[in-house]
Amino acid sequence: MTGLAVSQPVLVVEGLRTEFATGEGHPMVAVDGLSLYVRRGETLCIVGESGCGKSLTALSILRLLPRPYGRIGAGRVLLDGQDLVQVTEAEMRAVRGRAISMIFQEPMSSLNPVITIGRQIAETVMVHEGLDWADCMDRALAMLRQVRIPEPERRLQEYPHQLSGGMRQRVTIAMALACRPRLLLADEPTTALDVTIQAQILDLIRDLQAKTGTAVVLITHDLGVVAEMAERVLVMYAGTKVEEAGVEELFDNPTHPYTRGLMAAMPHLGGAGGGRRRLHEIEGVVPSLMARPAGCAFAPRCELATERCRREAPPLVGIGGTHSVACWVTAGEGVLA
Amino acid sequence: MTPVLDVAGLVKHYPLSAAWFGRARGQVRAVDGVSFAIGEGETLGLVGESGCGKSTVGKAVLKLIEPSAGSIRLNGEDITALKPAAMVAHRRRMQVIFQDPYSSLNPRMTAGNIVAEPLINFGIGNRAEQQERVAALFGRVGLRPDQRDNYPHEFSGGQRQRLGIARALALGPSLIIGDEPVSALDVSVQAQVINLMMDLQEEYRLSYLFIAHDLGVVEHISHRVAVMYLGKIVEVAPRAALFEAPRHPYTEALLAAVPVSHPRQRRRRLVLKGDVPSPINPPSGCRFHTRCPIAVERCRSEEPLLVADTDGHAAACHLREPAR
Repeated sequence: MTGLAVSQPVLVVEGLRTEFATGEGHPMVAVDGLSLYVRRGETLCIVGESGCGKSLTALSILRLLPRPYGRIGAGRVLLDGQDLVQVTEAEMRAVRGRAISMIFQEPMSSLNPVITIGRQIAETVMVHEGLDWADCMDRALAMLRQVRIPEPERRLQEYPHQLSGGMRQRVTIAMALACRPRLLLADEPTTALDVTIQAQILDLIRDLQAKTGTAVVLITHDLGVVAEMAERVLVMYAGTKVEEAGVEELFDNPTHPYTRGLMAAMPHLGGAGGGRRRLHEIEGVVPSLMARPAGCAFAPRCELATERCRREAPPLVGIGGTHSVACWVTAGEGVLA
Repeated sequence: MTPVLDVAGLVKHYPLSAAWFGRARGQVRAVDGVSFAIGEGETLGLVGESGCGKSTVGKAVLKLIEPSAGSIRLNGEDITALKPAAMVAHRRRMQVIFQDPYSSLNPRMTAGNIVAEPLINFGIGNRAEQQERVAALFGRVGLRPDQRDNYPHEFSGGQRQRLGIARALALGPSLIIGDEPVSALDVSVQAQVINLMMDLQEEYRLSYLFIAHDLGVVEHISHRVAVMYLGKIVEVAPRAALFEAPRHPYTEALLAAVPVSHPRQRRRRLVLKGDVPSPINPPSGCRFHTRCPIAVERCRSEEPLLVADTDGHAAACHLREPAR
């Protein structure tokens, strides 16, 4: 891993701003000035709650924002140096499914219900690599084997509804990896699955990544999945990055009050200790993107918020190593300690 | 003391739709002989994977579906055979909170009317008293009284779940059945709702049947936990015993599959192979034997019984019978 870790990033996102037209003059900003990178063989987790902009970040990278309202307002999305914001739609089609693939939460909605599984995988290969059909079907079979689907020859001829949820997610992973992408975007890939199936799929993603060296951006709301999978973590709140760190550093030293709150609010096994106890609550709710508070977006829910937090948005500052945080109050703690 | 809820041998089979005029070709054995009891002020967590029958148990207890066999006693009274009209009187004592608060709230009723409706249905108090009760309930679940005039879409997910809780509390029930009541909520809001449910339980001595798939949540809220697999309870135990010393191999596998809470705890875990078999033709003997890492010949032919030890810890496994 160390050898790979120093390699050039596969993907660099700089100052991404994703906005939606609202018909009221100024657009609604869903992702605001987000920067990230991910290297070959590395897993970056983006964690946050509904509406924090984590899924829209992935859709922006692939330029799949809902049209005509959604658009990238500013920023660059560099795939091995090439800015995907600037390329033509035809060039973009060659990127999707080949250089960058994506898997979604609900596998049934990303599979065509009336086409056999073998054909769906083979089509991807056909479109991107132009092999003849027999070779494409061979690749489809090889991929089903790789994602450890039992009886792959029979499954090739089956339709999505004949498979269980876990098997379907394996098929979408097979399809996503069929053209050996440099980057895999996984948006809540195990959220719809049972916990034992989730464990199988997470193991599978990890094994395939070790084998192929694909960079993975894994989007999740579940800090447990982060603890299992991430090398680095990016915490988002209301469209902005509030904290970023290596995974052990983040769990050892969560610094943004929101990250701390999330960790304390999460019920985890063994967390109850001797008796039943109350969970830590974060007061209030995630702000609407239409009514984002001035200053720090988390200030209205933050126990530590000061006058300055309510007035002025805090910048993201480094607090040692690769750990950075956007907070007026806690960013200084590390320096003092 | 009589338990608030006593379920014995509950069975729910669904006939498979047959060819025209043909006989049913088989049955989906959604719940296949489930027994448990819940005492006053107690929370029983009911966990298991999708399709294990945990929600069907909840619906049968509520008499939203007719059980195929078995008995359900509420505060000592057998309600199993009661017709819908006769059930009405018992519904005051038994309420439900659903997973998706949006689909269980009428979008065209104001929040105040949603919470007042049970009071009106049962003719409790006059209009002014009902309004007073609604205002008190709003305050108790953490909603502002002025939000009574709002419609469900004007509330966030967590607030809608609070509304569902207020409605469930309106009639002063002794038992609340929660079917995945917090799984649709964000982590920070989920904590608020779990805490609220625990506070209300203390205050009103409520009993909960808490149906969920998230073991972390269940560990937090439950006094006792029952684990279901393919229509059967495979293990039931006081919370600490179940989480610290599980006996059934399926419970062990479920616990092992839960993601770690710190990256340094990452380990190669024992991952269960394959999927849950179909409840139409469940495996013979122990239903878990097809996926069980320790199954022996006996497990394939002979069904293990749920045997409890003196601490109330019961597991249905031939290989893990308690010492006697």
